[in-house]
Amino acid sequence: MPGLFQQIQAGKLWDFHGGIHPPGRKEQTNQKPIAVLPIPDRLYLPLRQHIGVAGQLLVRVGERVLKGQQLTSAENSMAVPVHAPTSGTVLSITPHTSPHPSALPELTLVLEPDGLDEWRQREPLNFLTCDNMTLLSRIQDSGIAGMGGAGFPTHIKAGLTQPVDYLIINAVECEPYISADDLLMQEAATTIVKGIDILCRLLNPKAVLIGIEDDKPIAAAAMMAACSQREHYYVRIVPTKYPSGGEKQLIQLLTNKEVPNGRRPADIGIVMQNVGTAFAIAQAVLDDHPLLSRIVTVAGDTLNQPQNVLALLGTPVSALLDACGFQSQPQQRVIMGGPMMGFTLPDLSVPVVKTTNCILAPTAQELPAASTEMDCIRCSACADACPASLLPQQLLWYSKAKDSDKLQEYNLADCIECGACAYVCPSEIPLVQYYRVAKADIREQQREALKAEQAKARFEARNARLEQEKQERLQRNQQLAAARQQQQLASGANTAVADALARIKAKQALAAPAEERSKEQILAERELKKQQAREHQQQKAQQQKAEQQATEQHNEPAEQTPAVTENTNSKAAAVAAAIARAQAKKAAQAAEQHATEQQVTPAPNTEKSHQAEVSAEADPRKAAIAAAIARAKAKQQAQTEHETNAAPATASTANKPAAGSDIVAATEDPRKAAVAAALARAKAKKQASAEATEQTAASTTGAPEPDVAVTEDPRKAAIAAAIARAKARKQADSENS
Amino acid sequence: MSFKIASSPHQHNQRSTAHIMRLVALACLPGIAVQAVLFGYGVLIQLVLAIVTAWISEALVLKLRGKAVLPRLKDNSALLTAVLLAIAIPPYAPWWIIVIGTAFAIIMVKQLYGGLGNNLFNPAMAAYVLLLVSFPLQMTQWLPPLSLQSVDLTPLDAVCSIFTHYSCSGFSLSQLQASIDGITMATPLDTLRTDLGRGLTLDESLNRPVFFAFAGTGWLWVNLAYLAGGLLLIQQKVISWRIPLAVIGSLFVLSAIATLAAPDTIAGPLFHLFSGGTMLAAFFIATDPVSASTTNKGRLVYGALIGLLVFLIRNFGGYPDAYAFAVLLANMAVPLIDYYTRPRTYGHRPRSELK
Repeated sequence: MPGLFQQIQAGKLWDFHGGIHPPGRKEQTNQKPIAVLPIPDRLYLPLRQHIGVAGQLLVRVGERVLKGQQLTSAENSMAVPVHAPTSGTVLSITPHTSPHPSALPELTLVLEPDGLDEWRQREPLNFLTCDNMTLLSRIQDSGIAGMGGAGFPTHIKAGLTQPVDYLIINAVECEPYISADDLLMQEAATTIVKGIDILCRLLNPKAVLIGIEDDKPIAAAAMMAACSQREHYYVRIVPTKYPSGGEKQLIQLLTNKEVPNGRRPADIGIVMQNVGTAFAIAQAVLDDHPLLSRIVTVAGDTLNQPQNVLALLGTPVSALLDACGFQSQPQQRVIMGGPMMGFTLPDLSVPVVKTTNCILAPTAQELPAASTEMDCIRCSACADACPASLLPQQLLWYSKAKDSDKLQEYNLADCIECGACAYVCPSEIPLVQYYRVAKADIREQQREALKAEQAKARFEARNARLEQEKQERLQRNQQLAAARQQQQLASGANTAVADALARIKAKQALAAPAEERSKEQILAERELKKQQAREHQQQKAQQQKAEQQATEQHNEPAEQTPAVTENTNSKAAAVAAAIARAQAKKAAQAAEQHATEQQVTPAPNTEKSHQAEVSAEADPRKAAIAAAIARAKAKQQAQTEHETNAAPATASTANKPAAGSDIVAATEDPRKAAVAAALARAKAKKQASAEATEQTAASTTGAPEPDVAVTEDPRKAAIAAAIARAKARKQADSENS
Repeated sequence: MSFKIASSPHQHNQRSTAHIMRLVALACLPGIAVQAVLFGYGVLIQLVLAIVTAWISEALVLKLRGKAVLPRLKDNSALLTAVLLAIAIPPYAPWWIIVIGTAFAIIMVKQLYGGLGNNLFNPAMAAYVLLLVSFPLQMTQWLPPLSLQSVDLTPLDAVCSIFTHYSCSGFSLSQLQASIDGITMATPLDTLRTDLGRGLTLDESLNRPVFFAFAGTGWLWVNLAYLAGGLLLIQQKVISWRIPLAVIGSLFVLSAIATLAAPDTIAGPLFHLFSGGTMLAAFFIATDPVSASTTNKGRLVYGALIGLLVFLIRNFGGYPDAYAFAVLLANMAVPLIDYYTRPRTYGHRPRSELK
C-alpha cells in the first residue's frame, strides 16, 4: 500500500460525506471577460474588512489621499490596514451600513475620488532576495485577508512556524452562480502561480495542491499550463459538489485527512489559501499594489448583463448592479455572496469589501423565496446531505427545546452553516437559522458562565486578600507590642507598667459602685425627680400668684430659683434642671415651628411657586413639576435650618444629665458626661429629623393649598398634602384623557 | 427601496413533503393494480373509503387543534396512511372496518401524538393491529384469487358485499371464501400454518392449489409489483435502500438457515419473501420516515429487527403474518437504535474510542 504522499502524487482523490448538487448557473457569467467598473462617485471603506481588529486611523477628514495610501495602520498582528483605492479626499468617517448579515452600522471612511487615480510611491520587492519578515510585513501592510469569504488575515497563515506538508490552493468555488475565481484563473494564472511561489517560500511545503471543480475546464487548463514548470505543484480537478470548497471538505477531498475537532488545519500540516489571495500576494509583493480591488460576480436574472466586474473596494453595490442593468422586482432580494451562504442586503449602499465575491439579484422564479415551514417528518435527508456528518434533525429538535447540553453532545459547533440541510429539507425548515440562533445562545451562556466564574474568582481573591491583610495587621500589631514590651523591659520600666495597672484597677473600683448605684437607684431618683418637679410646680404656682400680687418685686423668679437651689441643695438643683430642660425643649420646639413656618409659608410667596399656583390651574403637569421644585427647595432649607437648630437643642438636652443626679459622675469623669451628651445630641437629632420629614411632607402641598397644611399639625398637613396630590393627579389624568 | 431579507440558503431543491408522499403513493399503484386484477375490485372501494375517512379525520382534528387545515391536508401524509391501510386489510372486509381503522390511525396514532412527524408508531400498522385484535374474523376473511373463486365477482358485487356483507347474488363472505371444490381457503400463509399445525409436511401443504410455485397463487405477482414500486422509490431517492434491504436480507438469511435446519416445517426464504405483505412492508411501511430509524446504521438495525420479528412470529408465533406487530415493536426500539448509531462527526474520534 503506497503512502499518503504517493497516493496524492498519483492523483488520488477522496470524498467527503453528504453534499448536494444544486444547479450551478455559472454559465451566466463564466464565459464573459472581466469588466472594469468606472470609478464611482463615492467609496465607502469600512475600517475593518476582515476577521480581527481594525487598524488605527492615519488620515483626517478633508485630507487628500493618494491611490494605495494606507488609511489605517496595522500595529496589532490581527489587524490589516485598508488603503485608498484611488486618489481623492476623505469626506467623512462615520458609521455606515456594514456588509454583514446584521447590517449593523460600522465605522466607514467615505472617500470622494478626484478622478486622477494618482498613485503613491511604490516599492516592488524581489521575493527571492528579501527575507521572510519583509515579505510577511509587506503582505500585512498590503491589507491582504482571505478572499474566499472568511477574511482571515493572510500574513498569520503565511507566517506559520509549524512545518507544513501541503499548501492547498482553494480554487473550487463550489457555490452556484459565482465565477470570480474562475475568471481570475482564466485571465491571470501566471500571476496566481507567482503568488503561490511566494507562499511556498514562506511556508516551504512538500507539495502544493490546487483544487479546482470540474465545471471550470478553461481555468483548470490555464492553471495547469502556468504550473507546468513547477514540479511539486499539482492541479487537482475535483467533482462538482457543494460544499467541496469548504476548508475541511477540500482537505478531506485532496488528502483524506480530517482536521481534528477544535484544531486548525496547520495542526495537521496543512495550510489553505484562496486563489484570489495568492493573486493579491503576488500583486502586493511584486508590484507593491496593495489590495485595492477585487473581482465580483454580479449575477441573477434581474440583470441584463450578468458578468464579473473588477470593482474598487468600497464601491457601493448599487454601482455594480447599475453597471449590469439591474431591474428590480417586487419582493426583490439582493444577496451578497452565493445563494447557499450569502446574506441579503437591506439597501444598496453597502460597499464591496475584501471578502465580497458575488452580488446576486435573482428573480422570484429563479430562486423562489422559502415557503411556509412545515413539520419535520424525520426523513433525514438533511443528515444525508450534511458534510460534517451531523444529525441536523436532532439538532433542530434540541434547538427548539433550547437544550444546550444535548446540542453540544450532538456537536452543533461542528456545523459549518453550509446550508445543505436546509436545501434538501422537504418541509422547508430554515435549519441553518435555527442553528445560528442556538449557537449564539450557547455562546451567550458560555460568556455568562465565564463571567460568573470570574466574578466568583474575584470574590474569593478579595476574601483571601482581606483575610491576609487582617492576618498581616494582627501580626504587625503583635510584633509592635512585643517590641514595645521588650523596649520597656530593656529600659527597666517595670514599675511604670505596675503603676498603670494599679491605676486602672483603682479606676475600675471607683467606677463600679457608681454604675451599680446608677442602675439600682435610677428608678428611685426618677421618682424623686418627679416629686420635685411637682413640688416645684406648686411652688411656681404659688410664686406666680405672689408675682401677680407683687409683680414689681420679682422680675425673673424662674431664673433665679434654680441658680439659688443649685447652690443650696440637690433637690432644688434637680427642679431647676427640669425647668431648664422644659424651657429648652419649648424653645427648641418654638424654633422648629418657626422653622417650618419659614419653610412653608415663604414658599408660596416666592415667585416660582406663585407661578406654579397659577399654572396649576392651567396645566397639572407643570404644577406637579413646580411643586417638586418647591418641595426640593423646602427640603434644602429645612435641612440647613435644622442643622442650626440642632446645636441649641443638643445644648439644652446636654444639660439634662449634667444638671440631674448624675452630676456626681459628671464631675468625677468629664468623659462620661461627654458620652452622655453625645447620646442626647443624637437623640435630639433623630427627633429633629423625624419632625423634619413630617414637615417636608407638609411642605409638599406647595402648589395647591400650602397655607392650610402647615400651621396646625404636621400629620394633618401630610394627609392634606396627599389628598391634594391625588386631586392634582386626577385632574391631570382627566385632562390627558 | 427596501429589499426582502431572508436567511441563507436562498436556494432549495424544490422537493416538498407533499411531493415525497405523493411519489410513495404513486409507487403503490402497480401493486394495487395487480391486487385489483387478481383479487377483485374490493381494494379500490377500500381505498376510496380510507382516503375519504382520512381526510375528514385529519381536517377535524386539525380544526380542533386550531391549525391551518389546508396546508397540512395538502402534504399528502394522511392520504398515504389511508392508502397503506386500505391495501393491507382484506379487500372485502365490511366498510366500517376501514373507517374505524383509518380514523384511529389518523386521530389517535398520528394527531394525538402531535401530528405529522411526532407519532411514535406507524399509523397504518397501529390501526391494523387494532383491527386485527378487535375484529379477528373480519380481518382474516381473505378471498382466494379470482381464478380460484367458485363464484365470479363483479365490481358491483364488491360494493354490495362491503356495504351489506352479502354480494348482489346473495353470497356471504364465508361462502365466497370457499373454492371451486368447496373447501374454504385462507391466505397461503394461513393455509400453511394450519397444515403444519395438523402435522402435514411443508411439501404436502405446498401442493395445494392456493400455492403457486414457491409462493401463494396471486401473491407472488402482488409482491413483485410492490417490489417494482419500491425499487422505483429507491431510484428516485425517495427512500433509502437500507431499510428494505435489511428487512428482506434478514428474513432471507434467517429463513434460509431455518429451512436447512428444519426442512419439513419451515418454509424457504423465497416463500417468505413473496408471500403475505413482505414487499409492501419492506418498501412502503417500514420506510415510513417518521417512525423509522433516522441514522444510516440505525436503519440497517431497524430493518433487520423487523425481519427477525417477522420470521419469529410467522414460524413460531400465533399469527400467520406479522408485519404490523414487527413494525410496531421496531418503532418502539427506534429511539434506542438512533441513540446508539449516531454517525461520527467530522473531525471527531469514533464514540467507541472516547470511552
